[in-house]
Amino acid sequence: MARTVIPFGPQHPVLPEPIMLDLVVEDEKVVEAIPKIGFVHRGLEKLVEKKDFHEFVFVAERVCGICSFIHGQTYCQAVEQIMGVAVPPRAHYLRTIWGELSRLHSHLLWLGLLADGFGFESLFMHSWRVREKVLNIIEATTGGRVIFGTCKVGGVRRDIDTAAMQSLLAQLAVIEKDMREIVDVFLEDNSVKRRLCGVGVLAKDDAYQLGCVGPMARASGLTQDMRQLGYAAFGELTFQPITRPEGDSFARCAVRCGELFQSVDLIRQAAARLPTGEIEVKVTGNPNGEFAARTEQPRGEVVYYVKANGTKNLQRFRVRTPTFANIPALVKLLPGCDLADVPILVLTIDPCISCTER
Amino acid sequence: MAYFRMTQMALKWAISKPATNPYPFAPRVIIPGSRGLLTFNKDTCVYCSVCRKKCPTGAIGVNRHQKKWAIDRLRCISCGYCVEACPKDSLALSTSHGSPAVTKDREIYQGEMPAPKAPAAAPAPVPAG
Amino acid sequence: MSEAQTYLPLSPDALVAKVRELHAEGYRLVQIGATTLGETIELNYSFDRAGTLLNLRLQLPAAAAHVPSISSVYWCAFLYENEIHDLFRVHVEGIAVDYQGKFYQTTVPFPFGTRAQTAAAPAAGN
Ligand code: SF4
Ligand code: SF4
Repeated sequence: MARTVIPFGPQHPVLPEPIMLDLVVEDEKVVEAIPKIGFVHRGLEKLVEKKDFHEFVFVAERVCGICSFIHGQTYCQAVEQIMGVAVPPRAHYLRTIWGELSRLHSHLLWLGLLADGFGFESLFMHSWRVREKVLNIIEATTGGRVIFGTCKVGGVRRDIDTAAMQSLLAQLAVIEKDMREIVDVFLEDNSVKRRLCGVGVLAKDDAYQLGCVGPMARASGLTQDMRQLGYAAFGELTFQPITRPEGDSFARCAVRCGELFQSVDLIRQAAARLPTGEIEVKVTGNPNGEFAARTEQPRGEVVYYVKANGTKNLQRFRVRTPTFANIPALVKLLPGCDLADVPILVLTIDPCISCTER
Repeated sequence: MAYFRMTQMALKWAISKPATNPYPFAPRVIIPGSRGLLTFNKDTCVYCSVCRKKCPTGAIGVNRHQKKWAIDRLRCISCGYCVEACPKDSLALSTSHGSPAVTKDREIYQGEMPAPKAPAAAPAPVPAG
Repeated sequence: MSEAQTYLPLSPDALVAKVRELHAEGYRLVQIGATTLGETIELNYSFDRAGTLLNLRLQLPAAAAHVPSISSVYWCAFLYENEIHDLFRVHVEGIAVDYQGKFYQTTVPFPFGTRAQTAAAPAAGN
């Protein structure tokens, strides 16, 4: 049968971000997919030569506009580890709370985009309506809506006092109720199920071989969650990684839905056990050494490799973002699928292209 | 019934107030604690340049001799680093997000000069950024 | 947060065999990263198994950085290998999907390489 090459992207309605896939199709079936990225390479890693390591937190936060807080946090963890800084426990808990808030808003954003991707516009609007409430909490506690700007080497820059924490928890209860409503639609509605079930099945072994991370790996049955490393306060909170055995698009959706409530639970646990005391320690001197810090972003494991040589500018700063690790899986998933399923498959890896290219 | 999950929600929202703001007619509710425009108090400032050195984006320019303080609003990311660094507490972040910028201007503030021996005003130095 | 991280120095010739060994032991490829240190380029291959990180470290002369591809063992390595080629001018031989230097579109060729490399690049071509 004759083969046709259909370019998907770099501008495509399902994604506001530039990834391009050359889809080789036979009739309606995709037989091969060649990804092209690199349209928005910003060279952020090179900026370490211009900004000192304290200022660089702001750059690290801007690697991604959605999971910004955890980027800043991971960077700080790497530098703190090199310098042997003992971060106060309260700062650890606050970081955990903000990290989970950022996961909430990222997953709600993704659920909305997914609904939009399969043409369920009202569900998309409702997901984002709830997300707005999360953003309000974030703005009230940190001052920013998506760029939190509260993490610094040695701790955090803002505190959440008791009154603010109470109002946060009260708002969270409302959000949880709202989320329950929309998650019910995602997980129960027949039209959603028929669109997602059995689409793009990734077996557990393949997921491991392809180096999948985050919800993508967990939806294929891998119990892999970097929060289990126990960074920040996660070592003292109880949670179980949410996994699904199916490995299809519906499983990836269900894992993220489950993580919404898991995050709410983690925030509650952290708020209940929030220790008192300092929120930062003074950091003097310059880092010297190397460390690769790993944390769990909403999209999966992120690796921050920092190498310093005792000057105020770092020698090397490298980020391996979760989307980068999930692209090989996407390329493997596409051959054999229907052309109409391509947008769904691209969306279910939760691609964040500008952080992929940094 | 699995088919009617969304219908329930749609019906509920059909009869309740919209979740959105009628924006130009009703301004956005300002959230306390939000980081907005940087405000400068020229009466307490001693033109020490600490804020200029601390600013990660190089948005601030300070001229000590001419007692000038300038900010490039489009560069400022409202991080509050300068606010923490200022020894005189001359800087603060307000919750207002300002009006839309139509031109790229630097906002320049001129402090009180002690003696009338100032030379002709030169533009404040632009820091390397 | 004080997980142990091992760095194993290795020569480029021993790389593929070692990687094959790790693959058989059930390691997952986490990342491949490069660092420019004066006139050498350091490559880090990070692997993970059950939460512990193992790094293989290669030191290559920047002027002639050649390294065999590991994408025959870990197919997903092709993205990282194209990246280190485009940004650091490390020649990786036999990548599963080779973009021939067209993976990242940068105005400066090999922007992260050593200064000498970046300067020499336009003359040498990609
Ligand atoms: S740090 Fe404060 S006192 Fe010093 S120049 Fe800036 S605003 Fe003025
Ligand atoms: S708030 Fe931040 S970006 Fe703005 S002037 Fe102050 S230090 Fe610079």
